[in-house]
Amino acid sequence: MRKLFGLAITFALGLVIILALNNTVNFPAFGEVNLSERISGAYLSEDNVEEVGSANLVTSIVIGFRTFDTLGEVTVLFISSLGVAFILGRKKQKRMNLNFKPNFMLRVGSNILLAIILVTSFYIILHGHLSPGGGFPGGAMIASSVLLLYLADDRFRSNIKGFKLLEGFAGSLFVIIGLLGLVFATAFFANYLPTGTIGNFLSAGIIPIIYVLIGLKVGSEIAGIIDNFLTEEERA
Amino acid sequence: MTFFDFLSIVVGVLLLVIAFLAINSKKLINSVLFLSALSMLAVVAFVLMKAPDVAITEAVIGSGLVTSLFVFTLLSVREEKLK
Repeated sequence: MRKLFGLAITFALGLVIILALNNTVNFPAFGEVNLSERISGAYLSEDNVEEVGSANLVTSIVIGFRTFDTLGEVTVLFISSLGVAFILGRKKQKRMNLNFKPNFMLRVGSNILLAIILVTSFYIILHGHLSPGGGFPGGAMIASSVLLLYLADDRFRSNIKGFKLLEGFAGSLFVIIGLLGLVFATAFFANYLPTGTIGNFLSAGIIPIIYVLIGLKVGSEIAGIIDNFLTEEERA
Repeated sequence: MTFFDFLSIVVGVLLLVIAFLAINSKKLINSVLFLSALSMLAVVAFVLMKAPDVAITEAVIGSGLVTSLFVFTLLSVREEKLK
């Protein structure tokens, strides 16, 4: 019965792949899709893009038109970090004893790499409205620099209380900026700051501010998850 | 057949092969490394499909954070078994 089921699924997937390669109405060939049929044409029209003022079209949708969805994504990440802390977090914690001892070369080299990773992550966060990237990948990069510190020193603990404070601060400021849209404009997360010229560093209104806050929040959340993974309860 | 087509076919076949290896390898640590290689190739595929935003996210999370978390978890699990 199980093998029959697997055979049926394999045949169904093969049928879907053959249909997808056939350049039909439902599956056009790569690059030949008329985008204005698939996503709302309002996102792509020139007037609306100039109203948001972000040179990166993906950012102008994710943070410009759909900021409420982004708030949901940030909430999902917050709940997952909360769950990890609920299961693994204890009051008295120490670093987990692992089987490897980092040597001198690893420690010094990681300190040099740390600076490069941090500068790249802040570049990606700050230029989220101009070039690919943004708050989520940049925040994950900040967290991976924290992970590098954990990897390179077997006694290192990051300042987890500071990260928690930063996370709460960034998250609540994100919502407050959205609520200010109700005061200065008409809608939640409306873009009430002047948008400036498309392509300038200081443009796109509230989008760079929101991306900086998202980056800090995501980075501190994932750093908290990493700390929970690499610590254990202190045995008395 | 242009160079672009050739590259996308090579990347696609390699993705399938590495995914199969990641499922079927005997040691867990090999599975994790194949998963990391899969993420790295997926980054190339995303760049070929002109989605640099997704490529950056995949490079940071897929091949960086997830791999190291898996490796650390495997290390700590082994140590518990030794005691």
